Amino acid sequence: MKIIEAHHVDIFYGTNHVLKDINMDMKENTVTAFIGPSGCGKSTFLRTFNRMNDYIDGFRKEGEILIDGKEIYKKNVRVEELRQEVGMVFQKPNPFPKSIFENVAYGLKIRGEKSKKAIEERVEKSLKQAALWNEVKDILHKPALSLSGGQQQRLCIARTLAVKPSIILMDEPASALDPISTAKIEELIAELKESYTIVIVTHNMHQAARVSDKTAFFYLGELIEYEKTKDLFTNPKNKQTENYITGRFG
Amino acid sequence: MSNLSINRIIDTAFKYAGIFCTFLGLALLALFIGDILIDGFHRIDWDFLTNLPSRRAEKAGILTAWTGTAWILGLTSIIAIPLGVAAGIYLQEYGKKNRLASFVEVNIANLAGVPSILYGLLGLEIFGRVLHLGGSLLAGAFTLSLLILPIIIVATREALKAVPNSLREASYGMGATKWQTIWLQILPAASGGVLTGIILALSRAVGETAPLIVIGALAYVPFVATSPMDEFTVMPMQIFNWVSRPQHEFLVNGAAAIIILLVITFAMNGIAIYLRNKWQKKVNW
Repeated sequence: MKIIEAHHVDIFYGTNHVLKDINMDMKENTVTAFIGPSGCGKSTFLRTFNRMNDYIDGFRKEGEILIDGKEIYKKNVRVEELRQEVGMVFQKPNPFPKSIFENVAYGLKIRGEKSKKAIEERVEKSLKQAALWNEVKDILHKPALSLSGGQQQRLCIARTLAVKPSIILMDEPASALDPISTAKIEELIAELKESYTIVIVTHNMHQAARVSDKTAFFYLGELIEYEKTKDLFTNPKNKQTENYITGRFG
Repeated sequence: MSNLSINRIIDTAFKYAGIFCTFLGLALLALFIGDILIDGFHRIDWDFLTNLPSRRAEKAGILTAWTGTAWILGLTSIIAIPLGVAAGIYLQEYGKKNRLASFVEVNIANLAGVPSILYGLLGLEIFGRVLHLGGSLLAGAFTLSLLILPIIIVATREALKAVPNSLREASYGMGATKWQTIWLQILPAASGGVLTGIILALSRAVGETAPLIVIGALAYVPFVATSPMDEFTVMPMQIFNWVSRPQHEFLVNGAAAIIILLVITFAMNGIAIYLRNKWQKKVNW
């Protein structure tokens, strides 16, 4: 089933035309990777799905972006509810400067969850899902910033999972991490795919090839090619895609 | 002599000139404090703190002065902190970054540099005459609040600006509203800087005299203020009153009161520095 659909999407920052006539859709419980050189618009596109671009001056969108069949830029859409449905993990791990527990509980508390027991259960479950529970179960009340970078990033994933989204957006989630932490994040993505739809922006083409079902190649604001990952990397139809994945530019 | 050795000599000369300038300032300050301590320290005792002012120097105390200062400090805090912090939050987090905003920003910075006596004239007209508060504690507190508002606003904005954007994104990304993000994440992260600014602003208010003279605070108040509408005096005014008298005994009283005032402002600045250091250590994103 299609969970995200983009029809003729154009994005502008002021007079700068950053994305041009993008059409694509993503199926439930799949991993989609966005690749392309810096400045090609892939992060901008990712951030339209939870409307994180709203805060940028001069941002304007044309065309339709549907999640579960509903246009998310309509006036009556509450952006807070949208972001509960569409979680996000950022490039640099950005836990709140609070305890590990408080980080995961934050999303529940801002929605008015009062039951201590419900919060505790949810925190434990989310940390288990993010494969972090065994490392932090005895130090839940220590500051999150005392964790290593890789642990912090998994904490950010746990924090997102706690509010039960259906889609998780990941903006280069492993680019600031060492290879071992990166491998853990990639394993995690493979597991999370069972229950979530994941869209990941990455600069690492091997990573895209390892974790994703479909890959989209962006160049200069255009969607050049969008295929099954296996096909795109072994048999690209477009010359630009081929040049990029073989390392001839970018 | 070669160029190199000339440069060496200039270098050394500048170093010693710098040391001289630094120590000159410090020595003058030490001289002043030492002189005050010699003159006034022996005068400080329990009676000095608890006696009402008197025409006889040896019986006079600073009870009305320090209670007046405490009143002013309390009332000014209640008025200026919520206003200043709220304005800072609005300007930094809600306000659009356009021409009007930069106009407002420049003028708030200008307000922080306006001579304090002008605030006194403004306070006299608005609070004293138009609002009929006269020379009351409330009029004084409103006037000093005006004086320190720009300082609190600027300090709040700077502290909020120092909070990295990734924290805002994290909170918005979790579906928090703007207010939740500010109240639960940004303000706690900025609290050290905000508090430092508030304390420095208040310690400025404690030392101000000119605007209070203008609005009509009295140098001689024979009773302790019990309500915000009472007339009042404050430490600097009591000092001014004593040191302007010819008798030596009153000069001693003045020196003793200066020591107390210095202790109050040094303590406040000390707290501010402590908070700032603690906060800077914590904020290592």
